[in-house]
Amino acid sequence: MGHAYTPGLQVSERTVYRARRTLPIPGEVLVNQGDRVQARDVVAQTDLPGDIFPLNLANQLSVMPGDIPQLMLKKEGDYISEGEVIAMTNGIFGMFRTPYHSRATGTIESVSGITGQVIVRGKPIPVQVRAYASGVVSEVLPGEGCVIESQATFVQGIFGVGGEAYGKVRVIASSPDEELEAEQITEELKGCIVVGGARIHGDAARRAIECGVAAVVSGGIDDQDLRDILGYDLGVAVTGTEQLGTTVIVTEGFGDIAMADRTFELLTSREGADAAVNGATQIRAGVQRPEILIPLNGDEGEAHGSAGAVAGVLEVGAPVRIIRDPYFGVLGTVADLPTQPQVLGSGSKARVLEVACASGERVTVPRANVELIAE
Amino acid sequence: MTQRQLDPDKIDVILATDCGSTTTKAILIEKVDGHYRQTHRGEAPTTVEEPVADVTVGVTNAATEVGELASRRLVDENGEIIRPARGNEGCDIYISTSSAGGGLQILVTGVVEEMSAASAKRAALGAGAIVLDVISSNDRRRPHEQIQRIRELRPDMVVMAGGTDGGTKKHVVKIAELVAPAKPRPRFGGKYRMPVIYAGNQEAAALVANTFDESVTLSVVENVRPTLERENLEPARDCIHDLFLEHVMAHAPGYNRLMEWTDAPIMPTPGAVGNILRQIAERNGINAVGVDIGGATTDVFSVFDGVFNRTVSANLGMSYSISNVCAEAGMPSVLRWVHLDMDERELRNRVKNKMIRPTTIPQTLEALVFEQAVSREALRLAYLQHKEFATTLKGVQQQRTVGDTFSQLSSGQSIVNNMTLNLLVASGGVLSHAPRMEQTAAMMIDAFEPEGFTELAKDSIFMMPHLGVLAQVHPQAALEVFERDCLIYLGTCIAAKGRGRAGRPCFRYEIEGPSLREQGEMPVGEMKLFPLGPEDRARVKIEPRRGFDVGAGSGRPLEKEVRGGTVGLILDTRGRPLILPDDRSECRQAVATWTQTLGLYDS
Repeated sequence: MGHAYTPGLQVSERTVYRARRTLPIPGEVLVNQGDRVQARDVVAQTDLPGDIFPLNLANQLSVMPGDIPQLMLKKEGDYISEGEVIAMTNGIFGMFRTPYHSRATGTIESVSGITGQVIVRGKPIPVQVRAYASGVVSEVLPGEGCVIESQATFVQGIFGVGGEAYGKVRVIASSPDEELEAEQITEELKGCIVVGGARIHGDAARRAIECGVAAVVSGGIDDQDLRDILGYDLGVAVTGTEQLGTTVIVTEGFGDIAMADRTFELLTSREGADAAVNGATQIRAGVQRPEILIPLNGDEGEAHGSAGAVAGVLEVGAPVRIIRDPYFGVLGTVADLPTQPQVLGSGSKARVLEVACASGERVTVPRANVELIAE
Repeated sequence: MTQRQLDPDKIDVILATDCGSTTTKAILIEKVDGHYRQTHRGEAPTTVEEPVADVTVGVTNAATEVGELASRRLVDENGEIIRPARGNEGCDIYISTSSAGGGLQILVTGVVEEMSAASAKRAALGAGAIVLDVISSNDRRRPHEQIQRIRELRPDMVVMAGGTDGGTKKHVVKIAELVAPAKPRPRFGGKYRMPVIYAGNQEAAALVANTFDESVTLSVVENVRPTLERENLEPARDCIHDLFLEHVMAHAPGYNRLMEWTDAPIMPTPGAVGNILRQIAERNGINAVGVDIGGATTDVFSVFDGVFNRTVSANLGMSYSISNVCAEAGMPSVLRWVHLDMDERELRNRVKNKMIRPTTIPQTLEALVFEQAVSREALRLAYLQHKEFATTLKGVQQQRTVGDTFSQLSSGQSIVNNMTLNLLVASGGVLSHAPRMEQTAAMMIDAFEPEGFTELAKDSIFMMPHLGVLAQVHPQAALEVFERDCLIYLGTCIAAKGRGRAGRPCFRYEIEGPSLREQGEMPVGEMKLFPLGPEDRARVKIEPRRGFDVGAGSGRPLEKEVRGGTVGLILDTRGRPLILPDDRSECRQAVATWTQTLGLYDS
């Protein structure tokens, strides 16, 4: 017998969640340490430099690039509007002068006598960062953002698409193995975080988008359905910027797979509560999994532990999920951890463990093919 | 880095680590009976990310493990590497490579995509970088689209080229005018000043410098394309390496300390692999191709007639990028390598499940066969990209005429020639950890389609990065270990170039060796495997039929000595290019026959 470390996904009834909310570039932080904030409150804001429009005046006016600075009617730093004359050729004896009408609105950033280009910078793009987690500001990062601490129910999914979304939790499946179909999605669910059981059908996801559902959480999804929803085949699991209108999160994986009982029970117990979700998934350096965050009101007792990636000890009795065929999705507990590597059906030699499945069956799988179901 | 004077003759114990994204691998090299040998190996999880956020912790863990295996104390009570070696303690030098945190990511710009931009890209790739994008005047994007793209990217540095010396200034400055206001945002946060390397027309350097403000650190180096017919990549490559250490590494957690520990500059992992392959090809006067297939990316290195090229296919890999391989190649292309009956819908879901849980391994034979099929397509696509990139005007400091330059632009002649390829080296999980060496050989042959006589080898424990950086401080030790411990020779593949109807004669063969004497005729469309051990050699004479070539020309006989290996001697008359039957059942039948011939799987 031995032990090993295997990362798992967190499914926690009560935990302390710390949200680090930062701006992409320095800006203004709108909250103070100790402030209580709600998920949708804006905590920091800034203006990103506007879009850039290069205007090739030398080409347009058929003059040498070096002449452009002298022909400009506006100078660097001037604000100009689309259609406004910003340069004029000298013409012949002051006649037949050709004007240049700006094709962009913004501020002149530079005028180049080398290339004959004028660079116009458009309006700044305002960026606001919301609190995401309802809770208390525990730290202010001057000019950058803040850290918010929230006592919450916290569930990590395995994969998602779409970004942050907010709404009330509505569980519409009666059991974790009930598939989520289109007819279950109604107009009433607009703006809600809808929880299903097993695989979400493609039609159901499309219906959710039509109805304005904030997010759908379910056990699995078929690859073909995901491709239909996105309009392309996802090559690498770096998501979160999709503009679907509805965030989709799966808790177990791809295919016909039921949501883990514990996850389903936990989400069911928080029916009607306000939640924040994020479908962003990144499975490379700096792993990020999608998540469902349901803040506690404070009267449910003290939270323990903290949210984030977990690396638990794989030991006999630990609850695990098998994450690869031929037993993909099977839940059980570790029954034995043989030390010596064993030859697998594939012919490879690897360290294995024995899992006592919930069905009573006992199977041997590579250690790499299980993940801990962590508290 | 410590500035210690190293006397190569006094170096007996060498510790080398490679800090990968997930694992830090340590090897110990010791002088045994007057020769350098790789003796022990250890590994530990890389610790650049939270909660540890200090790369040296993973390094000391890996070094401790290798030390325990070698019964040699390598790490002291302060967690530092003990030097020099005394008795059963310490090592004489410590060196390291790194690809942690996603490696080195570079944005490249140039004036003409096929000329200055291509040269700058080669310099970046040769230095071991991932090229995020190439912006040029003729890349078919409009200026605002180019600016938008620059703003979206998060490079570690920018390499700018453009114009020959004394040539265009206007176009060079124009590109600078796109980059400067776009202010590409670095990966390491707002306080990081973006390093920009200018390696273009030297007369435009001052104008380019005026375009940028203080938000960037500009370095001006010699032009990568001083004249149309000459490339000069070395100064830009060196500058990339310097800035990699000064800026990128300095911002990665714990690297400042690691840089103090090492006796040679830390190199990006792929740069080190390219370095050793280049040295080996040069020393033995051969053409070589090396491949490293990882979870996210596939690197291909080649040396043909002394010209080195490297490409990295950023989204072709076996775990993080497995879904992208299937999307790019198409599932029918993957499944053509599978001789078993499989359900496509289920496979698609399995592919996605591997993508989201990248550390899992195949448990069943069916899963292994499928993964090896995917790897063939990943390798094939990566090699295709490499061949397209490694065209005539490539490499370091080569001279050619202006006329050649123009003919190269129109024809895009690849310098990669499978017929003149002598050595094909495999590395990366799916190739290195295949349960049978025959599977590794088959994946390489199917994906790379070597022609004529080609030796096949694999990097035993992915040691090439360590040896690449060692070659900088102790070339003799690096070469000795490479020959004796790094490569495992799989054998030799003899394949005929040409196409013919299945069953018709392709070539006659005669094999003469101490352990093997065979002769016969190979019909088109078959494979044959002869046992020829790692220590064995044999003379092989091939007499191809007209329309087939094994290196001497169509229908011309060729006799050569071949090297054996753990697999042996493989004869391949399936034709080049290798085209599998369109009909699914015919294809399965053919693949099943080859699978059986090579003894790839039990069933």
